[in-house]
Amino acid sequence: MSTNIVQVRRMAESISTARLVRYLLLLVVLMFGFGFALVPLYEVMCQAFGINGKTAGAYGGAQVVDEARSVRVQFLSTNAAGMVWRFEPMSDEMEVHPGASMEMLFIAHNPTDQPMSAQAVPSVAPARAAAYFHKTECFCFTQQVLQPGETIEMPVRFIVDRDLPKDVHHLTLAYTLFDITARTPPAELAGR
Amino acid sequence: MQRHPRVWMGILLWLMAGAVHADWTVNMTPGVTEVSRTVFDLHMTIFWICVVIGVLVFGVMFWSMLMHRRSTGQKPAHFHENTRVEILWTVIPLLILIGMAVPATRTLIHIYDTSEPELDIQVTGYQWKWHYKYLGQDVEFFSNLATPRAQIDNRAPKGEHYLLEVDEPLVIPVGTKVRFLITAADVIHSWAVPALAVKKDAIPGFVNESWTRIDEPGIYRGQCTELCGKDHGFMPVVVEVKSKEDFAVWLAERKEQALALKELTSKDWTMEELMARGEKAYQTACAACHMAGGEGLPPMFPALKGSPIAVGPVAEHIGIVVNGKPGTAMAAFGKQLSEVDIAAIITYERNAWGNNVGDMVTPKDVLTFKQAQE
Amino acid sequence: MSAVIDSHAATGHDHHHGPAKGLSRWLLTTNHKDIGSMYLWFSFAMFLLGGSMAMVIRAELFQPGLQIVQPEFFNQMTTMHGLIMVFGAVMPAFVGLANWMIPLMIGAPDMALPRMNNFSFWLLPAAFGLLVSTLFMEGGGPNFGWTFYAPLSTTYAPESVTFFILAVHLMGISSIMGAINVVATILNLRAPGMTLMKMPLFVWTWLITGFLLIAVMPVLAGVVTMMLMDIHFGTSFFSAAGGGDPVLFQHVFWFFGHPEVYIMILPAFGAVSAIIPAFSRKPLFGYTSMVYATAAIAFLSFIVWAHHMFTVGIPLTGELFFMYATMLIAVPTGVKVFNWVSTMWQGSMTFEAPMLFSVAFVILFTIGGFSGLMLAIAPADFQYHDTYFVVAHFHYVLVPGAIFGIFASAYYWLPKWTGHMYDETLAKLHFWMSFVGMNLAFFPMHFVGLAGMPRRIPDYNMMFANFNMVSSIGAFMFGVTQLLFLFIVIKCILGGRPASAKPWDGAEGLEWSVPSPAPYHTFSTPPDMTDEHEHRAGPSHG
Repeated sequence: MSTNIVQVRRMAESISTARLVRYLLLLVVLMFGFGFALVPLYEVMCQAFGINGKTAGAYGGAQVVDEARSVRVQFLSTNAAGMVWRFEPMSDEMEVHPGASMEMLFIAHNPTDQPMSAQAVPSVAPARAAAYFHKTECFCFTQQVLQPGETIEMPVRFIVDRDLPKDVHHLTLAYTLFDITARTPPAELAGR
Repeated sequence: MQRHPRVWMGILLWLMAGAVHADWTVNMTPGVTEVSRTVFDLHMTIFWICVVIGVLVFGVMFWSMLMHRRSTGQKPAHFHENTRVEILWTVIPLLILIGMAVPATRTLIHIYDTSEPELDIQVTGYQWKWHYKYLGQDVEFFSNLATPRAQIDNRAPKGEHYLLEVDEPLVIPVGTKVRFLITAADVIHSWAVPALAVKKDAIPGFVNESWTRIDEPGIYRGQCTELCGKDHGFMPVVVEVKSKEDFAVWLAERKEQALALKELTSKDWTMEELMARGEKAYQTACAACHMAGGEGLPPMFPALKGSPIAVGPVAEHIGIVVNGKPGTAMAAFGKQLSEVDIAAIITYERNAWGNNVGDMVTPKDVLTFKQAQE
Repeated sequence: MSAVIDSHAATGHDHHHGPAKGLSRWLLTTNHKDIGSMYLWFSFAMFLLGGSMAMVIRAELFQPGLQIVQPEFFNQMTTMHGLIMVFGAVMPAFVGLANWMIPLMIGAPDMALPRMNNFSFWLLPAAFGLLVSTLFMEGGGPNFGWTFYAPLSTTYAPESVTFFILAVHLMGISSIMGAINVVATILNLRAPGMTLMKMPLFVWTWLITGFLLIAVMPVLAGVVTMMLMDIHFGTSFFSAAGGGDPVLFQHVFWFFGHPEVYIMILPAFGAVSAIIPAFSRKPLFGYTSMVYATAAIAFLSFIVWAHHMFTVGIPLTGELFFMYATMLIAVPTGVKVFNWVSTMWQGSMTFEAPMLFSVAFVILFTIGGFSGLMLAIAPADFQYHDTYFVVAHFHYVLVPGAIFGIFASAYYWLPKWTGHMYDETLAKLHFWMSFVGMNLAFFPMHFVGLAGMPRRIPDYNMMFANFNMVSSIGAFMFGVTQLLFLFIVIKCILGGRPASAKPWDGAEGLEWSVPSPAPYHTFSTPPDMTDEHEHRAGPSHG
């Protein structure tokens, strides 16, 4: 076979190869994007199925209290490593009727001589109940800044959904308090 | 290379010693809970199914390898497909899998049923220790590895529970549904006790659930099973299961201790009370070196009377008592004395023998100081 | 692509020119055989390096107590051993085999993108140079396991993590380019008449592997990029403090990680599917179902990732879904095993080194498959998870799976590469030493794992001591034996009985139609495959 034919064949191939490579590169870019898309996708999945105890959003149900039913809600507080604040709920647990709006206070105290800021991260167990736990107001929505020696009471308001599965009799709301002073702008620490 | 014969002798002796110990455990423990026994049965069922399939497949294979060799004069056949056989060996495994999935699903649903616990315990993983908190009981403590460093560094013979022993085990009652709320303060850990068939990751910022109901009193050991840094291999879990009565006694004792300490710590102390308690505590803990009148024994043991520390900033004074002074005879009393005694001693030292600073250090201050440096 | 035309325009019409002389031959080569050889040598060097780290690990675990290394360094060893073996030894070895064999198997003159081929190889030494250099940095190298779970690998990582991330990016780019090249070659450069269903299974499995790589390596790149941003740019993808989620890391990682497992085994399936028929002197049983089974495994690999995470606390429904999907993988995998056994059935078998390694592959990989099935059972996994049972499982899949597959391929094609027969006696010794050493090293790990010994610990209780010592002895044996392999290969390159074009009488395929050693340029004129039957068509392959 003459060299020419081989070369012609190669050219024909190389054209389609160029197109193929473009498609494959596009796939690479798409999959790289998909990796990042997993982040919001995961958020959505968590919200929908209560994965990892991510709690549900605003309460959409009617404000009718189910007096016949009572659920035990426990409150947990954990300090992340290196966090020196005193941080605890006013009470370890309370009885709650589904549909009723409830409030619990958490106490935080900064014992150091520095202004500090903290972020509380909530988590609900059992995970399958998390989707039925609605926080209407929570100190975990924002960062908390405490001046040296300052103590505050931080409220969380919540409603347990009337649709909570019947076999769930208790819920645990756990907060972990992280020290985020290092990543808070000095202005926010000072001005409060 | 002189050492070689000795090394080999060592290995030989060691192997013999091992044989005497005869610890050649080859299987999972059936454990001491209903769940762990179910899991064990499931494990064995699937194991035996695998063994049977393995014997059949490898049997055919070895038969073929023995009989269908060129050296036996075997002429190769030419078949290379058979739709019926291929469908069969797709469908049959599928049916076997369904057979496995049924009990597995049942067990899993049972394990996930964390409802109606009689006792709730929060388990928090730290680098590299566990913290247990009995919810609603005001009892909490850290559980640290108790194996001495000398054993790890081969300077002392290793005990039976080498690396699986702690200073304060988790104590729970027998026959009680205990729910664990598992989380972590720094990195991901995993709380695992094989005898209970419990293993759950401890994840910072999130709370996981698990539960157990143990049938027999005893001590059950496990380890952290998620790589969590340097001392991942050195943070065991020890669960001590007591009878319900013994547990009640234990819990009451722990509560009493905690309460007594808390009361003293949170109580509003007056100067007189602190001075009185401080004088007594000073005599037992400090006077041997610093002398009863605070004059010390210089140069080894400095005087406290008029010393820059005793009349200087409070924080430094608390610091030296709690943490000691490295390189000197001054020990760290933070772990040896209660907050109340430390506060009383410091108050006493600042106001006795003419050190009339006039300020008062409360147990709360000491507690805050300790928490701040954790 | 213009690269193809350019390279040939530059060399004019002389298609029988040999390789360039000296170092520049290797630095600048675009020849698939040269690049294939470099990949294989590189992978073997990494195999020895990763293996010596395994020796450190096994030496420390020889007895209870800390004797040789401290826990900090131990963790760096387990991490680097995993990373080097996965990304440095197994994956490049398969890319090397693909480079050498795929053009020969499909009648192509070279890879579709020869210059990119050169570049993707030379990225690897850079990547691993960087990775290994972290061991000498202050604070030490990566110590968070090859799975680098956040936040241990982000907030709590040593300084060198940035270099680790860069190294992973480089290997990722290299793998992606390699995969694009393989896919383009297979889809575009097949000889006339070589339809997809006529392709040898090694080509098929590599085509599917190529797509897996293209699909998941970018996700790995994404996850390490997120880590980099968390560490240096103040984002909180994986930090709970900033609203992120450490468990998200595991989801994204294992979305890459599970297909990655199949990336490391599918090409071995392909190679074994060529070798077993050759030494049984009988056509492969169920070619079509092999292709479909491979595709099924590849598809399922995308929907089972969370079985690595049964203990992180996913909801019951999720747990059940991932358990069922994982169990399903047993079906296509079983089909493959049954096909191999049926290929052997009523054959006329001989047991040269490639066949020995292939038979061991089938048996031991199946054992790894059984333990995999046990691990798939979520409630039982609560006992197995993160114990040595898992270590035993994946070493059974990777050592007699991937590594034995590579050894089998190497012995099978060495005559084609070098023009000499290797020393069969030494090769059999290599096999038996590897076989005994490997089983001695990894089988007892099942026992200590079931007894409850966690992974990645530098020290352990006495109840695990006996089997750990056996494991260590086996591992030392396996490790030393690989130096014998090096000797055999060098001996074979330097000389030996000359190999004919087709040294194995039962072998099939285009690669055996060219002389041994394969000339520097092959198939400048494509062979015509039009008259060959498709595998499913009838008994033409007897």
